[in-house]
Amino acid sequence: MSGSVVDNTVSSGNSSAAIPTDVSGQILDLDEDDDLEVFSKDTTLTDGSSFNASMQTSPASMINQYKFEEDADTKDIFVTVDNPESHVTAIETYITYRVMTKTTRSEFDSSEFEVRRRYQDFLWLKGRLEEAHPTLIVHPLPEKFVVKGMVERFNEDFIETRRRALHRFLNKIAEHPIFSSSEDFKIFLTAASGELTSHKKQGPGFLSRMGDTVKAVAAAVRGVRNRPQEFTEMQEYVEAFSQKIISLDKVTQRIVREQKEYLEELKECGPTYALWSQSEEELAEPLKNVAGCVDRCCKETEEQVKNLSDHLIPVLHEYVLCADTLKAVLRRRDNIQADFEAKTEALATKKANRDTMRDDLDKAEDRLEWANNALKSDWTRWQKVMRTDLRSAFVDTAERNVSYYEKCLAVWESFLHSQRTDAEGNGKVDFS
Amino acid sequence: MADSGSEAIAVIGNTDLTPSESENNLKNTMVEKGTSLLKKMEISVAEAEKRTGKNAVNMQETYTVYLIETRPVDAASEGTNPALDSLWRRYSEFELLRNYLLVTYPFAVVPPLPEKRAEFVWHKLSADNMDPDFVERRRVGLENFLLRVASHPVLSSDKIFYLFLTEENGWKETMFETGFQAKADSRLKALNATFRVKNPDKRFAEMKHYGDELQSVISQLLRVRARAADRLYGVYKVHGNYGRVFSEWSAIEKEMGDGLQSAGHHMDAYAASVDDILEEEEHYADQLKEYLFYADALRTVCRKHELTQYELEMAVQDLTSKKQQREELATGTIRTFSLKGMTSKLFGQETPEQREAKLKMLETQIEEGEEQVKERNAECDEFVKSAWVDIERFKEQKDHDLRESLISYAIMQISMCKKGIQVWNNAKECFNKM
Repeated sequence: MSGSVVDNTVSSGNSSAAIPTDVSGQILDLDEDDDLEVFSKDTTLTDGSSFNASMQTSPASMINQYKFEEDADTKDIFVTVDNPESHVTAIETYITYRVMTKTTRSEFDSSEFEVRRRYQDFLWLKGRLEEAHPTLIVHPLPEKFVVKGMVERFNEDFIETRRRALHRFLNKIAEHPIFSSSEDFKIFLTAASGELTSHKKQGPGFLSRMGDTVKAVAAAVRGVRNRPQEFTEMQEYVEAFSQKIISLDKVTQRIVREQKEYLEELKECGPTYALWSQSEEELAEPLKNVAGCVDRCCKETEEQVKNLSDHLIPVLHEYVLCADTLKAVLRRRDNIQADFEAKTEALATKKANRDTMRDDLDKAEDRLEWANNALKSDWTRWQKVMRTDLRSAFVDTAERNVSYYEKCLAVWESFLHSQRTDAEGNGKVDFS
Repeated sequence: MADSGSEAIAVIGNTDLTPSESENNLKNTMVEKGTSLLKKMEISVAEAEKRTGKNAVNMQETYTVYLIETRPVDAASEGTNPALDSLWRRYSEFELLRNYLLVTYPFAVVPPLPEKRAEFVWHKLSADNMDPDFVERRRVGLENFLLRVASHPVLSSDKIFYLFLTEENGWKETMFETGFQAKADSRLKALNATFRVKNPDKRFAEMKHYGDELQSVISQLLRVRARAADRLYGVYKVHGNYGRVFSEWSAIEKEMGDGLQSAGHHMDAYAASVDDILEEEEHYADQLKEYLFYADALRTVCRKHELTQYELEMAVQDLTSKKQQREELATGTIRTFSLKGMTSKLFGQETPEQREAKLKMLETQIEEGEEQVKERNAECDEFVKSAWVDIERFKEQKDHDLRESLISYAIMQISMCKKGIQVWNNAKECFNKM
């Protein structure tokens, strides 16, 4: 349950009793502690019972805001993540990535921006978006590498895989009708490093967060009583989807493993044919030819394996993480409802403070309605995006497989062709 | 058996031939010139059956017998369809026949039998002799053996071979009457003995070396290929899991369901396609195996030549020493050490009569020795001539056959690629509908 995770991060925080703003910054830094096996799925510090101060508008107008039209032609912001660079300081070594933005949006001061960001900064952004919109679905970040004593974070392949995932993350944010207009997102894309650091330190204070946390734990313990059927169906779907996507991830990884082992064996075939050709006279040429063909097929197989690892597996993996995000979103919604139910009950049973309680209840009801509608709309949107992403990932895989077989086909046909021209030249067997 | 002069190409009786088999058969009939049994007679190993019976030590055993069918070609080409002659033989009888041929025609590169036990298997194939796949491949191999022998310019006219094909009983007795068994035993002993030839024939030494290399490299290729086949099987089969998961996933989706479901079917088809692919590759492996065993037959011929050469050298050496002894006896000088000489020195000289008797004996021995050297020389020459002819024939056959095998391997790979392209294009269409 999300409650326990929140407890950990709060209790192991900096013991300084100083200014809340400093401490709130420190709490986030803990995520980068290499000794913690932290996965980005559960690092949300809130459960939804907080309310971002900047969103003080009525639920009704909120609902109208959610126009989830997918209009690719009117895309007015382009974000890229590239150019990883390593930075060494006295305390640590870390990687920054260049984040470039090109936009025609009026709220941006300029049309082009270039900043450098590290993984920590992406984590911060994700946290902020989740805080502000507890029942919207934020695309997952690539996982922190589980460090078991090895500093493999700076392995080239790992960095490249992470870069691609960060790129996809930012683009998903940019494509989201709500998230892309987030102030935090804008600052992330445009602010210089110093600016970003000071901005990060703002936001809900430590004490108010503490209060939210306590409420979250209470709500989680209480549980929701009358969950609407559609959200139960969503939960069932998410459970099943999660299982399927995990299976697909596993199957694909297994395929990669098997192909690598096949490749190992195949690599010995070519040299064996070449060795044989050395003992032969008439047969030397065709044998050498076959050796060459086998070697070329090996290269194609190698590339095929790499493609699978670089393209299909990361996407499947992201959707495994998505499934967990969805579960967390549904939990947060449940907590909002539980909070509302508790307040309803309190109003019915308690006698004192009725006015305050009625106020609270109204706010809780609004929150719930807002949360439910946000989730429903974003759910529809997410399903479309998921469908598009997975469809293109599988179509891409199929195309690569076709291309692989086409290349191998060409290799062997060229061998046949060479044998035919030879045979006909020597007046040997007719191939009809 | 006079050649009927018919130019008809022999039609093979078994209608269940796979393309590689009929290609094989065609190869054998096309390449051979001269009198060949195959031009007069259709030969096939049509079936295999399990039998049980009591063996030599009166214990129950299960074994497989193979049905050999023959039919004269002329009759078939005239349009009438005479009854097939047929008889059953087990593997051990084939072995006997081959041993007989090896002994009787030592200069010939005798076609090999299919392997006794399954080797170079990858995990799917059972190494069990009773396994139906193994039995089937052995049936094909035995038929191939008979066709090879029947198209060999020398071996095909052998009477015992003809009886093997046509006479169920009595064949063994007739074979043993040729007295080949005795030759076989002494040959076996001689071949296994170590001996050094003083003037090795360079050509045969090279051939033997080539046989060694061929055997080594084909073994390696078969091993590597079997391992790769095993791995490829794994790759294809794992894709079957996609089929299962897509199907389960399609159950919880609305718009994506159909695309996923049909894509899943194609993944299943992809996984299943590997069985046929690998079975075809087994034919290729069998073709390589035949030449693996042929390499051994080639080396055997070279060893036999060495033996013949050695026996000639021994005979020459023997003659030379006898001549030397005669010279010493005649002139009274002792140049070579002999026990007799020493004892006569120690115990006194011989009488003139004794010397005379000895000389006479030596003369006879020398005469016999010269005869033997002449014979062995002729034998050696004859062997070298016939062996070299057959080796040249074998070389041409090998170059032709193996080239065809490599081509058929390429064709197999192309077929596999085409199947892959088709499946993944189909899958892509389904994915597009997701």
